[in-house]
Amino acid sequence: MADAPAIRIEQAAVGYGERRIWEGLDLTVPAGEFLAVLGPNGAGKTTLLKVVLGLERPSAGTVEIEGRAPRRGSKRIGYIPQQRAFDRDLPVRGRDLVRFGLDGHRPGVPLARRESRRRVDEVIRAVGATAFAGAPVGRLSGGEQQRLRIAQALLGDPAILLCDEPLLSLDAAHQRVITALIDQRRRQAGTTVVFVTHDINPVLPYVDRVLYLVGGRFAVGSPAEILTAERLSALYGTAVDVLRAGGRVVVVSPDDDELGGTGDGHHPPAVSPPATWEGG
Amino acid sequence: MSLTQYLGLPFAQHALLAAALVAVACGLIGPFVITRGMAFAVHGTSELAFTGAAAGLLLANNAIAGALVGAVVVGGLIGAMGVRERERDSSIGVILAAGMGLGVLLLSFYHGFATEATNILFGDIFGVSGGQLLLLGVIAVGVTVAMTALYRPLLFASVDPEVAVARGVPVRLLGIVFLFILAFTVTEAAQVVGTLLVLSLAITPAAAAHRLADSPLVVAALAVVFALISADGGLLASFESSSVKPSVFVVAISFAIYLVARVAGPWVKSSRRGVAPDGGDTAAGEVTA
Repeated sequence: MADAPAIRIEQAAVGYGERRIWEGLDLTVPAGEFLAVLGPNGAGKTTLLKVVLGLERPSAGTVEIEGRAPRRGSKRIGYIPQQRAFDRDLPVRGRDLVRFGLDGHRPGVPLARRESRRRVDEVIRAVGATAFAGAPVGRLSGGEQQRLRIAQALLGDPAILLCDEPLLSLDAAHQRVITALIDQRRRQAGTTVVFVTHDINPVLPYVDRVLYLVGGRFAVGSPAEILTAERLSALYGTAVDVLRAGGRVVVVSPDDDELGGTGDGHHPPAVSPPATWEGG
Repeated sequence: MSLTQYLGLPFAQHALLAAALVAVACGLIGPFVITRGMAFAVHGTSELAFTGAAAGLLLANNAIAGALVGAVVVGGLIGAMGVRERERDSSIGVILAAGMGLGVLLLSFYHGFATEATNILFGDIFGVSGGQLLLLGVIAVGVTVAMTALYRPLLFASVDPEVAVARGVPVRLLGIVFLFILAFTVTEAAQVVGTLLVLSLAITPAAAAHRLADSPLVVAALAVVFALISADGGLLASFESSSVKPSVFVVAISFAIYLVARVAGPWVKSSRRGVAPDGGDTAAGEVTA
């Protein structure tokens, strides 16, 4: 850790030729920051997480995690994916899912040792999942599953927490619980949080900065700086409205499909982004 | 002859030992076959063990060797054609159809004993020679060792592939390795119950175990026990009957265990859990520290 930022990305590009996802990306995330990553589908938000995880190599530029090259399976990084449907009869209990975070990658058979049981119990208690951790994961609600996901990620005691749309398919109440848990971890342990989401509102109270990716270009700054009609219109290369009401922010962009689908306020589909790229 | 007299005979001892080895291997892979949705892959590889066995008979008069070589080829083919679930099923269907056709063609050139061919389809555990038993034993031990070593990462990769990849688990590689383990196990099981009835050892015991337990380790243990009871129980039962093939008894016992588990399952599970958590959405409260 020392003085190196949690994540440092310099002039990085992913993809080749026509299939360039983004390039020229400069991003420094200091330890303990809550960074929200926003942008339409296909903008390369998940790809950014893969680069940080060491699963995808940038085609140009440098990426450093705590001063070192990204490494697959690094214990410094915890990963929380979006909620997914498990088979109802899958013989895997909530606590088994959590336990993967401790030693799921190691060969052998997961015997119930006292030390591992204690650590699993402890982290399950910390996320308030004790009551349902013994039930099969397929029978748990989305919110319950995501609590266990947080416990799973925290079991490795990560310095950086990568969250890939962890709120998708959760209702508003559960979204609040899950984001509060993640922010609680950040405050208690100084964990860096990179939070990919298509809706900024659930995380808005916690976010330090926003990385907005659109069509290979990007903008970084505080939510107040980035989430303006002017800034986002420049980024999208077409008129974008930013509406604020009741403490919520709604970006009405031409190629968003998650804004309710009423068609109101939607522009015709955007043409593919121009071949020039600009930094934020 | 009485049962005890049978048990004194080498061929009966060989058969029981072979069936036990096969049952352990099947019980170990079964839960993963279900979790990974690979029942059709089991069926496909077992049918193609027939093709391999027919080729083995024709070329070297050795059905088991042929079936084993066939298993490696099939595992490689399925792995190469599609590891992803949706692709995989259609790939298996294609390979299965072509392979069975080839098997029938090969058999039409074979002019040995016709029973050799039906034995492939319905199993002939009593025909296992000392040398073949050794081969079956080595493979069963290999499968057991491999499954023990791979158990945890394979479960992680099967249940939670996105996070497993993020944690550095070689998910794709494990999938391919498991295909080969499965192909070998299925070929072994085909010696006991025949290629047509492999599912009775590779799926049914694990499916019954699924009904009774929530913990992955308990399910694995139960699946092995159920497979052992089915395989060796089926053989013992067949000593009492000269006309019915042992595979029939194996299938009957494993199916009976499944039926009992299916009926008893809800009670067993709810009593173990304390309460039946039926879709309760209870997490709407505040964050508890």
